[in-house]
Amino acid sequence: MSGRVLVGVKRVIDYAVKIRVKPDNSSVVTDGVKHSMNPFCEIAVEEAVKLKEKKLIKEVVAVSCGPQQAQETIRTALAMGADRGIHVEVTGKDYETLGPLQVSKIMAALAKKEDAQLVILGKQAIDDDCNQTGQMTAALLDWPQGTFASEVSFDGDKIKVVREIDGGLETIKIKTPAVVTADLRLNTPRYATLPNIMKAKKKKIANVKPADLGVDLTSRLEVVRVDEPPQRQAGVKVETVDDLVGKLKEAGTV
Amino acid sequence: MAALGPLGRIARFGSSICRNHRLIYNRSPQRRGIASCIDPSHGLTDEQKEFQKVAFDFATNEMAPHMAEWDQKEMFPVETMRKAAELGFGGIYVQPDVGGSGLSRLDTSVIFEALSTGCVSTTAYISIHNMCAWMIDTFGNAEQREKFCPILCSMEKFASYCLTEPGSGSDAASLLTTAQLKGDHYILNGSKAFISGGGDTDIYVVMCRTGGKGPKGISCLVVEKETPGLSFGKKEKKVGWNSQPTRAVIFEDCAVPVANRLGAEGQGFGIAMRGLNGGRINIASCSLGAAHACVQLARDHLLVRKQFGETLSNNQFLQFKLAEMATRLVASRLLVREAATALQENRSDAVSLCSMAKLFVTDECFDICNQALQMHGGYGYLKDYAVQQFVRDIRVHQILEGTNEVMRMIISRNLLTES
Repeated sequence: MSGRVLVGVKRVIDYAVKIRVKPDNSSVVTDGVKHSMNPFCEIAVEEAVKLKEKKLIKEVVAVSCGPQQAQETIRTALAMGADRGIHVEVTGKDYETLGPLQVSKIMAALAKKEDAQLVILGKQAIDDDCNQTGQMTAALLDWPQGTFASEVSFDGDKIKVVREIDGGLETIKIKTPAVVTADLRLNTPRYATLPNIMKAKKKKIANVKPADLGVDLTSRLEVVRVDEPPQRQAGVKVETVDDLVGKLKEAGTV
Repeated sequence: MAALGPLGRIARFGSSICRNHRLIYNRSPQRRGIASCIDPSHGLTDEQKEFQKVAFDFATNEMAPHMAEWDQKEMFPVETMRKAAELGFGGIYVQPDVGGSGLSRLDTSVIFEALSTGCVSTTAYISIHNMCAWMIDTFGNAEQREKFCPILCSMEKFASYCLTEPGSGSDAASLLTTAQLKGDHYILNGSKAFISGGGDTDIYVVMCRTGGKGPKGISCLVVEKETPGLSFGKKEKKVGWNSQPTRAVIFEDCAVPVANRLGAEGQGFGIAMRGLNGGRINIASCSLGAAHACVQLARDHLLVRKQFGETLSNNQFLQFKLAEMATRLVASRLLVREAATALQENRSDAVSLCSMAKLFVTDECFDICNQALQMHGGYGYLKDYAVQQFVRDIRVHQILEGTNEVMRMIISRNLLTES
């Protein structure tokens, strides 16, 4: 096995920023807004680096799809311990319509090209909350998937994944090569150290175009409108339980 | 203050706001990039932005949640500082061959500014520790560098800088602590005052008199804590900087090996002043971080607090006040960063610029934080709100590392001396 792990990292609007919708309701304001690595992607990178430190895998490759600024996100992954990066250049209209379907096609193509043993992604991105890329990537590659992972360990030639599901925790064993998506409790991402940030400068980021990978970026979706969530309406105070039941019946919820 | 009735109501109502505000306060000073005109990442290289990000993350997660407790319980957060050292913050501008991070003065300023948003007092101590490590790195011989720098960079040991005495503050060159040469030891007698970390730290970089009067008679000695004859005064009770202990350091026939002397005899004052140039940039950077945090806190408060039927942010006076605070913050930041660059490049204006930066920035930032407190109204005076701690913590920056009056002396001397 190549011992190579591909980690997808996405550049998203920073979690602490207050999101504003553009006046034309076409999308969210991104110009001049602080961006950073998707928190679940940080957890994915951390897991990959941990596996390398345990000598279970040999190389961590960070991948990001987007315009020039995506390289910042790759650099953060390199500063955390990834060995090299791949920047898949997607700009303009293509970038605006880039979604899980396109990214998973790209990840699948790269996984084959790089002979990856494992693809680790965050479970979802905090901007679109799709929760699809990992699953689609596995389907395109016809690889097993361990999603919502809260624990990953190697068991012979298989990977044991403890998954967070609605009912609790589910443990599965999947053969490699495989796709794993990271959930919140998988690990706590390390801080990059100052020496590692400086070493990251010397690590290579390869530039790749989607066309080189034979990937068609056309979107099957069209965003019609983006709105803010409705303002919270004032409630009504009632005096007795009977009043409450009456109001609920009026509203048709009982 | 208002009559007890309404004040009581404010206090009770305040505590429920406080809980919310504590959540807001914990996140907002470190919210990178909100209010983009004061974003401290403008103009930085990608690498510097990475350094800044680590420092901000560390400040948000490891320092800000404990800032109030460290202040109120006067705790010296050794474990947290060691975690910072693991990331490379123990010897930021110390050379890598002895465990430092080898970064520039500008990188250092950016890092301290970010860390300071989490806790000014702790960051200020870390900067003093860094200054001591750098002095040994730069002026020490090979043995001294090998012996002291690695353990300081990792913060296995902590350092203190000892120049000031009860009788010599601004007039530093008149210091009286003597170091008499006896065989292969210097015998130290005298005392130092206001030593940050004193009593809790392990390595003391001490300026003492080995020769005659004036600056040329001063040498620099490294004194280790367990040396017989080294003792400490009581822990001082301070208005701020409470996460670092401050004590007098007392030498009574304290024998220090000659091998612990940094540089040559008589070089000590020069070493002290060179250390202070960087120290002044660092302290100014700490003030910047506090001011940045306070502008964000004030901004958030104005958007939430309502009076006369609308949020305070609709009040033109407060809008203008906030704009002024932001402008002065950015102006201060530019001056500090320019001074850092000048020092790094060894420019001829470096010393004056460092003094100007320290003078201007510590004054401006204290004023900004004070204005921010004012904007909070009565809540600004409560210890549940972070703004008062920023004000208290940075007040001393106008006094130490050379008072702002001494800064004026340095600058005027540069202007009025015939060259």
